[in-house]
Amino acid sequence: MEPVVNIEGLHHAFGKGSLAKPVLIDINLAIQPGEIVILTGPSGSGKTTLLSLMGGLRSAQQGSLRILGQELTGAGKKQLVELRSRIGYIFQAHNLLDCLTAQENVRMALRLQPGLSYDDRTTAATAMLDAVGLGHRVNYRPDNLSGGQKQRVAIARALVTQPKLILADEPTAALDSQSGREVVQLMQRLAQEQNCTILLVTHDNRILDIAHRIIHMEDGRLVRTESPTAAVV
Amino acid sequence: MVFGKLPLPRREKPLAWSQLSHQRMRLLVALSGISFANILIFMQLGFRSAMFSGTTNVPASLDGDVFLINKTSQFLGNETFDKSQLYRAAAVPGVATARPFYYSPASWVNPDNRKTTNITVIAINPAQPVMAVPAINDQLALVEQTDRMLFDVKSLPSLGAITQAFTAGQDTPIEVQGRKMRVNGTFALGSNIFKRGHIVISDVNYLRLFGATQANQLHAGVLKLEPGANIQTVMAELERTLPEEISALSHTELIELEQNYWAKEPAGIIFDFGTIMGFVVGVVIVYQVLYSDVNDHLSEYATLKAIGYSDGQLLLVVFQEATILAVLGFMPGILCSLGLYSVLSNLTGVAVLMRLGVGLQVFSMTLVMGVLSAAIAVRKLRSADPADVF
Ligand SMILES: Nc1ncnc2c1ncn2[C@@H]1O[C@H](COP(=O)(O)OP(=O)(O)OP(=O)(O)O)[C@@H](O)[C@H]1O
Ligand SMILES: [Mg+2]
Repeated sequence: MEPVVNIEGLHHAFGKGSLAKPVLIDINLAIQPGEIVILTGPSGSGKTTLLSLMGGLRSAQQGSLRILGQELTGAGKKQLVELRSRIGYIFQAHNLLDCLTAQENVRMALRLQPGLSYDDRTTAATAMLDAVGLGHRVNYRPDNLSGGQKQRVAIARALVTQPKLILADEPTAALDSQSGREVVQLMQRLAQEQNCTILLVTHDNRILDIAHRIIHMEDGRLVRTESPTAAVV
Repeated sequence: MVFGKLPLPRREKPLAWSQLSHQRMRLLVALSGISFANILIFMQLGFRSAMFSGTTNVPASLDGDVFLINKTSQFLGNETFDKSQLYRAAAVPGVATARPFYYSPASWVNPDNRKTTNITVIAINPAQPVMAVPAINDQLALVEQTDRMLFDVKSLPSLGAITQAFTAGQDTPIEVQGRKMRVNGTFALGSNIFKRGHIVISDVNYLRLFGATQANQLHAGVLKLEPGANIQTVMAELERTLPEEISALSHTELIELEQNYWAKEPAGIIFDFGTIMGFVVGVVIVYQVLYSDVNDHLSEYATLKAIGYSDGQLLLVVFQEATILAVLGFMPGILCSLGLYSVLSNLTGVAVLMRLGVGLQVFSMTLVMGVLSAAIAVRKLRSADPADVF
């Protein structure tokens, strides 16, 4: 089976010419379907940059970057936009639309899926909000939800389209340890049910145990891979 | 609910509407801004129509198919041509009748205060009526009498209390072009800012007022065609037969000539300028609202881009917002303007009407206003970078 993520010799630099500052250096990484991988590393080591490249939010410059079977190096804007709709993103800040209710926010992701009727979208959105434990808050706007609840709506939005790949950048950073833990376990459970792959960036040591693999990044390089038991110790 | 039973497919609420209705205060400001711009535009057009309504009254009430005027005439009554040409025109195949029309200013002494002003004289041959005004055509026998005239009751009061004196049965002579004349009938045609009023007299009385040389010079020839005659063919034939200095116009062309002339009046240009100003104010307000809307939601737009929305889909949201604002803002705008029009009518005594054409014109201006503002505001949308979301 083809890996969901297959990166070979990826380089990335910000700035041009002599001012170019390398941020990712010779990254090689393959992630198999169903794997949960945690990426850790000091601030500024390039984790977010790597994630944004994998999500097609930035154009890849050099090396090979295959996501869900699509080569991203040299891909056009249209292909990037198309890929984005097939990936579930969970951001550090929840990034919900303030003017929409929880259900409408989740629908925004579904609206891009072809062949779904209005009622299909209602069913899917409510079911997913139920699954994240917000069945009683479907018509609340973000202003009236707690931080953890907002993050759970964001997870529902990322998962409702049943993406094969989820990219999450410090999804628990804004949450207390209790709700942070709940949010991650929720992701883990839903990912197993939908058989999707998760790449999660975190500084939070308490959630490392959900991963199959933990990768350390330093100064733009992947330096070490560990199993969760080793890392927790 | 009645609507629930309709077999319409249910649709997503447009994001544009969610964004707009979420911020009530901003929506309110936007709508009042657009209404304000609309009122500005409507008032300029209203002033303009108050000023220029009536300028085409006389050409419009002429009863003919083809009109002969001096080619250099910029408006009816401007230049003349020799009366003998009318007889040549009458001989052109397809022409049924060719009748004379004089249209000239004359001095007028206000009988109440002896002040000299001027009035516009319409002179016709009573045996050959050329005006589609029943009150005039019914009183042709009165027109025929020596030194008598019909007076337009809608003339400005500065000409004197003529109508009142006439209805009271007073028979005071009035000095017109130095000659004493008497009113023996009235009609209603309407004045405007450029014409104080009108009288209708016979061609013979015109000769008495202005002399033989001038009576030989027509301001227009009013032609009627034989049934079945092709107007284009006849006009072409007239142009060929008659001297170069005379042109043949259709009724529409005659009215357009008048409109075009008055449209070049400085006052008209001032109102056009005012209309453009209103439009610009509208663009600035809508732009301001859309820009701050996009700017405030930049991270939300970036998020939408990150989850797979294309630039085009997001541009559409902003254009939808503009359209919604335009449509919603137009309604209070036109309602207030209707109220102000009736106030204006009462103040000036000139009927200021909300014409359908003007309403549609302002509505499309409002839409253009929205789209234009949106087109400027969406440039900001490009700066929503999905890579900034992580
Ligand atoms: N848009 C950009 N332009 C220029 N340099 C950038 C840009 N984004 C990030 N960088 C630089 O690239 C390096 C890696 O940044 P990145 O955000 O990937 O780090 P990170 O590992 O996610 O750190 P953190 O844990 O603090 O989130 C940093 O040195 C940063 O200054
Ligand atoms: Mg980061």
